[in-house]
Amino acid sequence: MIELTDDICALAKDVPSPGEKFYPVFEPTPELAAEAHGYVTMYPEGREQSAVLPIIHMVQEKFGFISARSIPWIAEMCKSTPIHVAGIVSFYPGIRRKCPGKWHIRVCHTIACAMSGGEDLLKFICGKIGVKPEEMTEAEPMAVSADGLWSIEAVECLAHCGFGPNVMVNDTLYSQVTPEKIDEVLEDYRRRD
Amino acid sequence: MSEITYKPGHEPHPRETRRIFRNIDRVGYTPSIESFLEDGGYEALKKALAMEPAAVIDEVKKSGLRGRGGAGFPTGVKWTFIPRGNTKPVYLVCNCDESEPGTFKDRFIVHQDPHQLIEGMVIACYAVQAHYAIIYMREEFPEAAKIVREALEEAEKNGFVGKNIQGTGYDLKIILHRGAGAYICGEETGLINSIEGVRPYPRIKPPFFPAAIGLYGCPTIVNNVESLCQVRQVLLRGGEAYASEGAQRSPGTRIIGVSGDVKKPGYYEIISGSITYGELLYDLCGGPKEGRKFKAIIPGGASAKVMRCDEVLTGRNPDGSVRKMSIFGVPMDLDSIAAHGSMSGSGGVIVMDDSRSMPEMLRNLNRFFAWESCGQCTPCREGNPWMLKLSTRICEGKASPEDVDLLKSVADNICGRTVCAFGEACSWPVQAFTTKFREEFLALTKPINAFKPHNPESAEARKYMTRED
Repeated sequence: MIELTDDICALAKDVPSPGEKFYPVFEPTPELAAEAHGYVTMYPEGREQSAVLPIIHMVQEKFGFISARSIPWIAEMCKSTPIHVAGIVSFYPGIRRKCPGKWHIRVCHTIACAMSGGEDLLKFICGKIGVKPEEMTEAEPMAVSADGLWSIEAVECLAHCGFGPNVMVNDTLYSQVTPEKIDEVLEDYRRRD
Repeated sequence: MSEITYKPGHEPHPRETRRIFRNIDRVGYTPSIESFLEDGGYEALKKALAMEPAAVIDEVKKSGLRGRGGAGFPTGVKWTFIPRGNTKPVYLVCNCDESEPGTFKDRFIVHQDPHQLIEGMVIACYAVQAHYAIIYMREEFPEAAKIVREALEEAEKNGFVGKNIQGTGYDLKIILHRGAGAYICGEETGLINSIEGVRPYPRIKPPFFPAAIGLYGCPTIVNNVESLCQVRQVLLRGGEAYASEGAQRSPGTRIIGVSGDVKKPGYYEIISGSITYGELLYDLCGGPKEGRKFKAIIPGGASAKVMRCDEVLTGRNPDGSVRKMSIFGVPMDLDSIAAHGSMSGSGGVIVMDDSRSMPEMLRNLNRFFAWESCGQCTPCREGNPWMLKLSTRICEGKASPEDVDLLKSVADNICGRTVCAFGEACSWPVQAFTTKFREEFLALTKPINAFKPHNPESAEARKYMTRED
């Protein structure tokens, strides 16, 4: 067992986010370890490291993001090292190091969606959820609203180019989105809690 | 096929031939195995299992099927690259990391007809004698991941996947592996590294041809989703019958995804080479939007070279005589468009009309490639942000005419100097845009643009100094 010492946690400090109140804090439990072990056994003998992405996805789904505390645990589960896991986490755009809002919005702004108005839609949604478009930078592509309900991110190609602009809210894709349509969608999510 | 009814607004055009997309947007069709079995599912697999594995490979080779992921490599030939006398396990990976901008065909297969893919995969695995296969799915398809996992369970319950398939003693395990939003994972060696749980940097070829040294150092076959579905069609129709249909050197049907400025964008399944780009855009897609004219076409996903619609191309008539034509006269198969310097790639056609600023389009593509470069090779890692800076500067009217040449020269120096094909993918659009639409780029560098306001405050201050050129 790798201890969750301060120096390991200092490998990468967590960025505070208003979205944290909607997700539980990462805590390694035997149930979680059993689930992770299920992913490890999907791969051939001695190839535990392959399970790093499935385990990261599991942690991200349950806890919203990959916290510094969870990295050594993930490494232990797939018989790897924390620094290796940190390298994986920092590579992929789909893996978050900061907690998203309760509802995470992804707006496509690649060529076909941009041609059908994706860029303006992005600004429109930013205005709706109270986030400044400038908050989305290259280093920190995701911006979280102050109430923690929403987070927004401009993403590259969602592979539905003929029916742009495309927007994903959590796991659901919305196509041919207009400002009026997204208004309704966001209102619908707001009413859910 | 008259008994099939499609959802309103999704009916196929009379010139389409729906094979792979036969059940997409069909009324009453669900992703469940019952729907698939009712439609004659898993018959091709039974046919394949009755044959020797080598005979299945021969059948696919005979069919002339070419991969649908973009490169167009013959699928059957790829399968024979597994070294003779190989004693290591063989793996098969299905590439469902559809991330090329403009391409959106695999999405429909995995969301609406996953068993078709699974059947194709089992046939392919049997042919190359793989006992372990992986579907690599991009992270942006979370619903498809659930659907495919369920489909795999159903298939296993019905004895089409798992131990002793259909009583033949052939075992196969298929798992689903999800990516995490990186374009580079669509490159086959990058994809393999992603499955191995390391950073998905593409590997250098040679020696790392996946069929020889692939996943975990073992022979690995990587095939696109549509290619595997086509394998099923080959078995259903027979290799020779498959080869006799469509363009001679790229037979079968192709799924074309049209996006951008047309009246009816969407997906169309056509017999390869049976229609031209003009017929596709004017007949199937309904032509340009009201009052607009077509200006440019990107014929095969974002990394293909753009074609001007008023460009004069020379083609050959069947009798060998030369004729002049535009892009609209080029047939839609893999080789015809390649002869004119672009590629048909993965079948994503992006159309631009005369309302579009080409430098602006290029800037968007540059941003995509700058964001998605994996950072392994210096020319690509440094060159892409540089190209983005240059094209942004041009779009903002702050560039000099030399910057247009500089932009192209950066692209020229990335192309061919990287480990994987991303170097070509990012530089081809720049080369084509800056050469073919040079006047648009140069127009933006005219000194008059230097007076154009760059922010609202200066717009107010200079409102009497600027004029539209």
